[in-house]
This record gives sequence, C-alpha cells and structure tokens, in this order.
Amino acid sequence: MANLRDIRRRIKSVKNTAQITRAMQLVAAAKMKKAQDQAMAGRDYSSQLNAVLSDISASDSDEATHPLLEVREGDRELVLVVSTDKGLCGPLNTNVAKKLRATTSDTADYVTVGRKLRTMLEKTQKTILADFQVPDPVPFAEARAIAAFLSKQFLDKKYDKVSIVYARFVNTLTQVPEMITLLPVQPPEATEDDGAIAGRTTDHLFEPSPAEVLASILPLYVNFQVYQALLESRATEHSARMVAMKAATDNAKKFIKELTLQYNKVRQAAITAELLEITTAMKAME
Amino acid sequence: MSLHLEIVTPENKIFSDTVDNVYLPGADGEMGILPSHAGLVTALQPGELRYLRDGQVVTMAIGSGFAEIAENKAIVLTDMALGESEIDESATEEAIKRAEEKLHTVEHNMNSEEVAYLQGIIAKQSAALRFKRKHQN
Repeated sequence: MANLRDIRRRIKSVKNTAQITRAMQLVAAAKMKKAQDQAMAGRDYSSQLNAVLSDISASDSDEATHPLLEVREGDRELVLVVSTDKGLCGPLNTNVAKKLRATTSDTADYVTVGRKLRTMLEKTQKTILADFQVPDPVPFAEARAIAAFLSKQFLDKKYDKVSIVYARFVNTLTQVPEMITLLPVQPPEATEDDGAIAGRTTDHLFEPSPAEVLASILPLYVNFQVYQALLESRATEHSARMVAMKAATDNAKKFIKELTLQYNKVRQAAITAELLEITTAMKAME
Repeated sequence: MSLHLEIVTPENKIFSDTVDNVYLPGADGEMGILPSHAGLVTALQPGELRYLRDGQVVTMAIGSGFAEIAENKAIVLTDMALGESEIDESATEEAIKRAEEKLHTVEHNMNSEEVAYLQGIIAKQSAALRFKRKHQN
C-alpha cells in the first residue's frame, strides 16, 4: 500500500506543475488575442492586394513583365520555414515539419524564423542560409528585411524558386500547415470572397504605366506575403500554446483529484487499523 | 448609379461604403473618379483623398499605395489613412525629424532600399502635416 507521505508529496508536485501551466495558459491567452487581431487585420489588406495583382495579370499579360515574375527552369529551391522559438505548444512544430518534408525537395536550402525547426534542420544536415529573430508583436520592418533577403537571392539567380512553409491560423483550435510559393510571384486566382472585382468586362488603364505599377506593387506584395505568414504563425503559436496548456492544467487537476481520493482512502484505512488495534488491546486487558 | 469605395490599410479596413465621387492623389496628379469610371489601376502618392457622400465632402490624408477602379468599385490600398482629428501635429513633426536625421547621419552605409523607405516616411508624414495645417486654417 502506498505510503501517506509519498502521496502527499506527489499531490504537492502536481499542484506546482498545474500552477505553472495555468500561468502559461493565461499569458498565452492574452498574447493570443493580440496576435489573432493582428493576423485578421492584415488579411483584408493582403487579400485586396492579391485581388489587384490578379486583375493586373489578367488584363495585361504582354506588357506586364518584371524580374520577380520570371519563371525559370531549374529546381534550386529556397524555403522560408516559420516555426516557434519556444516549445510547449502542442503538435504545431511537428505538423509544420511534416508539411515541410512532404512539399519541398531534399536538396532545398533553408532560411529560418524560430528556433525549433532550425535545430531540427541543423540536425538533419540541411543548409541554412540565414536565421531571423522576430520579436513579439511582429514588426513590419522585420518582414521587410526577410523579404528583401529572399528577393535578393532570387534576383541574383541563386535560386529558381522561393517558398514559405508556415502554419495558417484558422481558429483557436485549428491550425493548418501550409506551403506557399513566394517567388516567382504567381498572381493568385481571383475569387469573389477575396473582394476581387469579378466579372470585369473592360481592360484596365494603367497610370503611369503597367510596368511601373507592377514594379512598385510586386515588392509590396512579397513583403506582405512574408508579413502575413509571420503574423499567422504567431497567432497559431499562441493559440496552440494556450490550448496545450489548458489541456495540461485540466489533466493536472484530474490527477490531483484522483490522488486526493487515494490519499483519503489510505488515511481512513490507517485510522481504522489503529482503532482496531486499540480495541483489541482493551479487550485483551479486561 | 453610385460608386463603392473601400479604403484598406495593413492594420484595418478604414472605410467601406457607397459614395458619389472620390478624388485620389495619383502618381501623375490628382484624379477624380465618378461612377461608371473605366477600369483603372494607379499608383498613389502621399496626399489628400476626398470623397462626397450624402452631400458632404470628407477628406483624409493618405500615404502611398494603389487604387484599383473597376465595375463601380474603387479599392484604395495605402499604408496610412488618417482623418484630420487623428493627426497629431507634434508627433508627425517629430517623426519627420527622426527620419531626416537618420537619413543624414548614416546615409553612406545604407542601401538604396533603406533610403527609399526613409524618404517614403518623410513624404507620407509631410503629406499628413500639410493636410492638418490646411484644415486648421
């Protein structure tokens, strides 16, 4: 039979753990709200940007050319991997890593954001070109720096394709790991819910000229793709952590309940045994 | 016939409603957009945006960006859109000063992109300031 003191000690340790996970849950919840709002707010702009870009490419395919649009034959691939710096966020990073293995070639080189998958890639002997530290909340300047780095690699013809692997935020409980091709820029298909102007009948006029409009919109588009990926990852990180920590706290509570029950049972048994001994002793003395 | 205007910044959707007309600070000068305007994509420079709605003219300072007009819908994508009351004159002046200082002190070791970025900030904030002063008088 378990010792009373042992059980008491276990209850105490589980209580401590529960306190920590609960604190982490609250912190993650507060950060989650902020990150989610930021991610949702950014979606409007980036989807409108998508819509404008797809309109441009739909209306004018000959005149509108730009180095960032150039499709090349080779298969040298550069992948931006967005993961988290800290663990304790459920299966988030594992899912992103799975997506990474499924969608990118073995010979690809990497640029990383977040410590978790960087260490994973280091262990598997992959080439990591650069690593970026992104503070919380995500500053746009950081996204601009990353986008500039990726564009430069592409424009210098060191790579033929640049993609991003990250976790897209759906809601607090659901995250979908996703791979998007950043460069060459593939104008997205226009859909009605993107806010695109559907069923257009006229060709567009361009001011000052198609090439100039494209030259300024494409870098902006690349910046925003990176920025949005960072925002979404951040939102999923905090959501996943909150959910994981809530599960941990709930488990700890359940465990404490079970242990307390066991503790009381053992305590009662000890008292009964003691009473029995006393009564037996009394009877013997009569 | 009316025109649907949407003003979107990276932070949020500033405006989305039908208006009677809208004036935009295009790259080649100000342009007026009326309902049934031909399809158009234009770059915007920092300046003033005006729209007419229910007989009232509303003005805003906007940063650089794009506008797309098609099928009686105008989408304005910009990095800043502020009403007159939202512009803090001293904070704006401060931002211009900071950007200019940075531009002058470390210009030699910056790449062209950073310079362009800082110049963009100055242009944007100056537009906001001009707008604010114009409406105070």
